[in-house]
Amino acid sequence: MGDKKDVWQGTLALMVLKTLETLGPLHGYGIARRIEQASGDLLSVNYGTLYPALLKLEQEGFISFEWGVSDNNRKAKYYKLTRAGRKQLEKEAREWEQTTAILARFLSSKEQAS
Amino acid sequence: MKLVRASFMRLRSLFHKEQLDRELDSELASHLDMHIEDNLRTGMTPEAARRDALLKLGGVEQIKEIYRGQRGLPMIETALQDLRFGFRMLRRSPGFSVLAILCLTLGIGANAAVFSWTEGILFRPYPAVIHQERLLALTGTARGESGPTAISWPDFLDLQRSSTLFDAFIVTKIMGTTLSVGDRAERTIGSIVSANYFDAIGVHPILGRGFEPGEDSGRNAHPVTVISYQLWQGRFKGDPEIVGKTQRLNGVLHTIVGVAPEGFYGTFVGWAMQFWVPASMEEIFEAGGYKLEDRGARWIEAYVRLKPGVTLQQAQQEISAVAQRLETDYPATNRGRGIKLWPLWQTPFNNAGTLLPTLEIMLAVAVFVLLIACANVGNLLLVRSIARRHEMTVRLAIGASRGRLVKQLVTEGLILAAFGAAGGLLVAHWCRHALVLLLPARGGVAMHLPGEIDWRVLALSAGVCLIATLLLGLVPVMQTRNLDLAGALKAESAGVVGGGGRAWVRSGLVVMQVSLSFVLLVGAGLLLQSLQRIRTTSPGFSTHEVLDTTVNLVSAGYDAQRARNFQDELLDRVKALPGVESAAFARMTPLSYGSFSSTPIAVDGYQPPPEEQPIVQYNEVGPDYFVTMGIPLVSGREFTRADDEKAALVAIVNETMAAQYWRRRNPIGERVQVKGRWVQVVGVAKDSKYQSVRETPTPFFYVPLRQNFAPGARLHIRTPLSPETMAAALVREVHALDGNLALFEVITLQEQVDRSTSPQLVAVTLVGVLGGLALLLAAVGLYGVMSYAVSQSTRELGLRMALGATPSHLLRLVMSRGLALTAAGIVGGAAVALASTRLLGYLLYKVSPRDPLAFGSALVVMTIASLAACFLPAWRATRIDPARALRD
Repeated sequence: MGDKKDVWQGTLALMVLKTLETLGPLHGYGIARRIEQASGDLLSVNYGTLYPALLKLEQEGFISFEWGVSDNNRKAKYYKLTRAGRKQLEKEAREWEQTTAILARFLSSKEQAS
Repeated sequence: MKLVRASFMRLRSLFHKEQLDRELDSELASHLDMHIEDNLRTGMTPEAARRDALLKLGGVEQIKEIYRGQRGLPMIETALQDLRFGFRMLRRSPGFSVLAILCLTLGIGANAAVFSWTEGILFRPYPAVIHQERLLALTGTARGESGPTAISWPDFLDLQRSSTLFDAFIVTKIMGTTLSVGDRAERTIGSIVSANYFDAIGVHPILGRGFEPGEDSGRNAHPVTVISYQLWQGRFKGDPEIVGKTQRLNGVLHTIVGVAPEGFYGTFVGWAMQFWVPASMEEIFEAGGYKLEDRGARWIEAYVRLKPGVTLQQAQQEISAVAQRLETDYPATNRGRGIKLWPLWQTPFNNAGTLLPTLEIMLAVAVFVLLIACANVGNLLLVRSIARRHEMTVRLAIGASRGRLVKQLVTEGLILAAFGAAGGLLVAHWCRHALVLLLPARGGVAMHLPGEIDWRVLALSAGVCLIATLLLGLVPVMQTRNLDLAGALKAESAGVVGGGGRAWVRSGLVVMQVSLSFVLLVGAGLLLQSLQRIRTTSPGFSTHEVLDTTVNLVSAGYDAQRARNFQDELLDRVKALPGVESAAFARMTPLSYGSFSSTPIAVDGYQPPPEEQPIVQYNEVGPDYFVTMGIPLVSGREFTRADDEKAALVAIVNETMAAQYWRRRNPIGERVQVKGRWVQVVGVAKDSKYQSVRETPTPFFYVPLRQNFAPGARLHIRTPLSPETMAAALVREVHALDGNLALFEVITLQEQVDRSTSPQLVAVTLVGVLGGLALLLAAVGLYGVMSYAVSQSTRELGLRMALGATPSHLLRLVMSRGLALTAAGIVGGAAVALASTRLLGYLLYKVSPRDPLAFGSALVVMTIASLAACFLPAWRATRIDPARALRD
């Protein structure tokens, strides 16, 4: 894994939601690969942690699933975004942008620190 | 919302565990397959592809565990696991489980039963009545008198008019009459009530109506009655047309206007009312004539209901202010008179007040029994936890947290306690009516003292159960604390009699049990002794060979003249009966429920203290009364037939009255004013007991029945014959005079005395039963500890035997160990008892709370019980085969 960063706490859910918004219904393996690819292979998803996270999102009603068949004819669980999930995604994305903006401003303003 | 949904889904997952597990398995499998295929496509070898995929996924079992944690409710799941495991453990040792549950059932059952009595008798005595929590009892007080007094009707009306903090004022005065329906005459009990009674307490007759406003005024103006459901069903056979029919009550025809609902027994703790009449009919049922306009005639008992949010104190202040105004407005009748409010559970005029001290003690005793039961079960658990030490150690060794073990043990305690609580509630349910069984029927009417198992009782019992659980769970938990992994995995080392740290806890528990049961034994002994004193204290009249009965002339419609003639004729016939030594009529039997007449008195040459109106009770008695009753006359003469309506008014006073009002002078020939008429004292009688065996000597006097006639007088007969024999002869004589008259039960005066002391009997019986129970539990506990000690020290005992100890030596060794525990317990118990038995206070009569006899007999009983408990284990110790004990 070397220089790849692990996905840090709390952001995995957001990434899952964003992935499902972009790609539509997708199975767990697909979601994991997509997150890795979208990060330009800078992130390494611990595939194992993905499934409890998916379950949590499902319990909270942000995603739902149905059983389907994958490209290579395998039975797979396909997750998709619900209406509540879409709202949650917007909300979390906005919060995330705010947080990063604040942090960015904070880190760039050297004169305040001194 | 999100949280609710999530918890709901988690909860649901509890029930679909296997299906969900399968789904996760197949999801992970397809994940792996897809990953491997991708890897193959990038040119990896099959092995490398598989290896990489597995590596990236991480530990499958770990994922599953996290996933399950997220999916379900781990707390509940482990609790369910613990429950299942607990049940399995209990099933595996049924002997232990049954014994433990039995102990707890007794402990919790005793508590639940006492709770239910307390609830049903003291706190919610009238199930059908609304807002009982705001109901208060109302009585009068009088300067110079310690107890509460009744209230007069005019005072009551004034209180009602002038107070603002109350929702309702109701009058209810218990009285009895004979009810003849068809050819059956029976004693019944009813209430004289204010007209607002049924509306105010929120009880609505199921047929007809309650009383209407105004029906409680006007002398004998409204002969109407509401009957109870039981009376309607029993005596009137549920007649649907009952409303509008008439019934003779105390000789007066009353129209039945309503039927009270089922489950309504009136508002008098101890008796179920059968009918109600409005206060206007008071004269028909109450002695002493028409009293509704007489402010000096105090006869009613009353309740008030507070407005919501008003405290007892505020209410008392307002009532006292009104009472004070009445004092200034009517000094002649109200001087030194106050009004007092009582919480329902202290109501002085019914059995709530009588049973309160008994129930208080019962609560304490029940807690004792519970503690003893818990100690027993604790001991059992302890012994078992030693047997299970291996299991616990293994579980710790393979990674269970101590908290997890504690949870498991507490769950097992909870299962035991829950079974115990269920059994206990059953016991309480069975015991609901037990109190009544201890209180004899009076005058043929059975008492009504139901326990009430409502949510409060259930909640309290649940609380008791929880406490028991904590106590029970704690014992083995203390054991897990000093589990030594390495040591415990090795073989159990052999113990010695009484050695080891764990034995200390067990012994402590046994010592506590012995202490507590010793306290109970002392208490039972003290109560037993005071009961005996009460029953053997001479009431001042003969209790044996004097019979008491009455014929109800009033309800048969006799007028005064006919009643007089009947009494004279019956007396002549009774005196002529073989075996009858003498006979006399009197209005009241002493120590019976009912009230003597009372009157303000004035005495020539006696100046009462200012602000005080001397009031003295008296009885109206016929000729030969003192001979018949066996009350000695100190001086003067007995009433004779000559003391009739035409003769000069006379009275006989008792010694206390003579001493109080005439000091050193001889009262004979002096005058006393009774009800406004001057009467001459012709005799002085010895003091006797009038209303209670426990009363201190009080002033009292007698007047001739003929000069103060009461048709409802009681007949006293001095005869060595049994009540049954006499009853048969009496019925013949009565029927010879008038075939329509019914004779009441014939009882000895001793029976009357016994009835009046029944609260003591209840206390003694209950404390005795629970004390016996405690003794049994403590003995079982001692036996258990000693048996275990012997079984654990087989090797030591065998060794001693091999070295030459004789069986009697070993017997002594074990017995002395058991007796040492008992001795420690008795010392502790004696200390507690010395400090606490004076709490029995009111129930003790002429017995010191530190009575050596009670302590001595408790000591003897306890010692015998513990000898018995230790003997079997000790005997078993002597039967040990040394060769085998040393080999094993």
